[in-house]
Amino acid sequence: MSGLTPAIKKPRVNAERLATALRLWIAAGPGLFWIILFLLIPSAMLLAIAFLTNSDFGSPVLPLSLGSFSEVAGYGILGWSGANFVTLARSLVQTGAATSMTILLAYPLVFFIITRPANLRPVLLLFAILPSWTNQVVRTYAWMQLLNPEAPLSHIAQKLGIIPEHLGLMPGDFAVLIGLTYNYLPYMVVPLYAAAEKLDWTLVEAGRDLYASGTKLFFNTVFPQTLPGLLSGIILVGIPAFGDYVVPQLLGGDRAMMLGSLIAGQFTFSPNWPYGAALTLIMLAFTCLGLVTFRRLTQRMGAGEGAML
Amino acid sequence: MTGIAQGPQPQAGPNRGSISLQGVTRIFAGTIPAVDGIDLEIKAGEFFTLLGPSGCGKTTLLRMIAGFEVPDAGRILISGREMQDVPAHKRAVNTVFQSYALFPHLNVQQNIGFGLRMQGVKAPERKTRVDAIMELLQIGPFATRNAAQLSGGQRQRVALARALVNEPEVVLLDEPLSALDAKLRNELQIELLRMQKRLGMTFIFVTHDQHEALVMSDRIGVMSKGRVQQVGPVLDVYEKPRNVFVAEFLGLSNIWPINPGGGAQVDTPIGPLQITASVGAERMAMIRPEKIWMWPTRPERPNVFAGQVSEAIYMGASTQYRVALTDAPAAPPILVLDTNNVAAERSWQAGEMVFVELKPDNVMMIEG
Repeated sequence: MSGLTPAIKKPRVNAERLATALRLWIAAGPGLFWIILFLLIPSAMLLAIAFLTNSDFGSPVLPLSLGSFSEVAGYGILGWSGANFVTLARSLVQTGAATSMTILLAYPLVFFIITRPANLRPVLLLFAILPSWTNQVVRTYAWMQLLNPEAPLSHIAQKLGIIPEHLGLMPGDFAVLIGLTYNYLPYMVVPLYAAAEKLDWTLVEAGRDLYASGTKLFFNTVFPQTLPGLLSGIILVGIPAFGDYVVPQLLGGDRAMMLGSLIAGQFTFSPNWPYGAALTLIMLAFTCLGLVTFRRLTQRMGAGEGAML
Repeated sequence: MTGIAQGPQPQAGPNRGSISLQGVTRIFAGTIPAVDGIDLEIKAGEFFTLLGPSGCGKTTLLRMIAGFEVPDAGRILISGREMQDVPAHKRAVNTVFQSYALFPHLNVQQNIGFGLRMQGVKAPERKTRVDAIMELLQIGPFATRNAAQLSGGQRQRVALARALVNEPEVVLLDEPLSALDAKLRNELQIELLRMQKRLGMTFIFVTHDQHEALVMSDRIGVMSKGRVQQVGPVLDVYEKPRNVFVAEFLGLSNIWPINPGGGAQVDTPIGPLQITASVGAERMAMIRPEKIWMWPTRPERPNVFAGQVSEAIYMGASTQYRVALTDAPAAPPILVLDTNNVAAERSWQAGEMVFVELKPDNVMMIEG
């Protein structure tokens, strides 16, 4: 008798397991559908388009070709040009600079907020992230008003001799850096705030007790505790800043071109879809490479735990 | 400040490790003082315990000595040096925190070496000193482990090592054993004491646990409501408590209000008591429960009261009795503690009639 029981139970267990699995798939269904429809299919299309040929009207046509990739590498009708490498280098440098700027601004800001009374903190945090609630284009247009050659800020800079008489603070790399920093600061503030709010101040006291002060105290007690938030912030700021096209488009002009605006151009003003797709793939490759390197680095530092990676 | 001398300036001489508190006061925003005009002299090399209930100000006092809090009034001298303008990171004082506060991103030996590194001690010397203290505290086997991977007892040791390795003038311990289970606590009490005697540093130990205070201290200061109620060697404070708070906080006691009858006798709710102590301003009589004798028949001596055992609680090494006095039914039953050692003649059951004897020498006069 007793030997029969498991024999009977077994199919029931399987049925239950099946039902559980089914429920899980149904629940995940909409999300999976979303990912397939809006991530996997477009990515596949992008990959395919990159290997097509550009028609005279800017739409991709057969035959298959590697022409767009040689264009990415700088070979055009007029011979080789290093412009794309300059654009890539500028994108990397601007991303690094903007991310560093957000870090330098966010740390004092976050520590100012968390040392205020508890009921005031959410309000102050709200003020810090409020600008990100408006449209990025609007915000960037606002910066155009502040930095154009006729704006008071530009006049001051002209008077001080920082820029020549006839020029403004925009268009150019400086304006792009300001725009990127301003746009992505909230994405550094929020994760850093989340980490700093949980800060164990006893460890800071222990540091003081053990003869640390000033920057030594900060880097040995505060910094390690906020590192997970900082790492999350670097990712949240770095990736979109690297691909941003609104800011370089509006504040940069032709001389401060970044990858994002270069790509956007291939799908709008001067259509060349295969070239645009190939550029996008290259950018994606750099982003992935950056992420993997970053991950390796933080793992070696043994501090990646808790970061959004 | 030169570039090399990062840490505290070492003090030499017999004063090294002494602490002098003069009228030290700390008032938190708009409340009653947390620490209220404390005068206290702690000798160099002493194991001194601040004993008191939570909220009595003992931790605030400790934090002021460490430099984490600034007194609103009064002076703190460490090794004879005024500490007013000396910040925490320049005091030759190290703290063992209640929560241990080990750095989670550092391993055990890095934690222990932290203070030396901050003082600019070079790596080879640092390693020698860290290794030596780890050997002393038997934490060598987990030197490279992370703080999160340690048990409570191990963390405690690491926290102690992290303080001791700096060879501070004073070590401050803020209820360092309170998170440990009883057996481990007993072990570490002994170890802590041995360490202190061996290294000769001044230890200031904060606890609310009277047993811990009794076992470990050279002297204790009993605190209540921001003031030190009594300071003295353990034996003195226990045997001759100054007031009701001290008597009740440190050990068990029987306390009665008195009417001085003049001379060697006072009136109490249980009847007249013969005493040998002289009565000054004190208005209470106190006797420890273990100082009371129990007899099956009435001895012909003073201060003997007939009663009935109303409660007998066996506690292993001793038994705790409550004896309701026949002639003073309104007074609370007397608390008596009798040891169950080899010399113990007998024990009593609840309901048995008994005579209790309060020898005049053992009746203390204390303040209200």
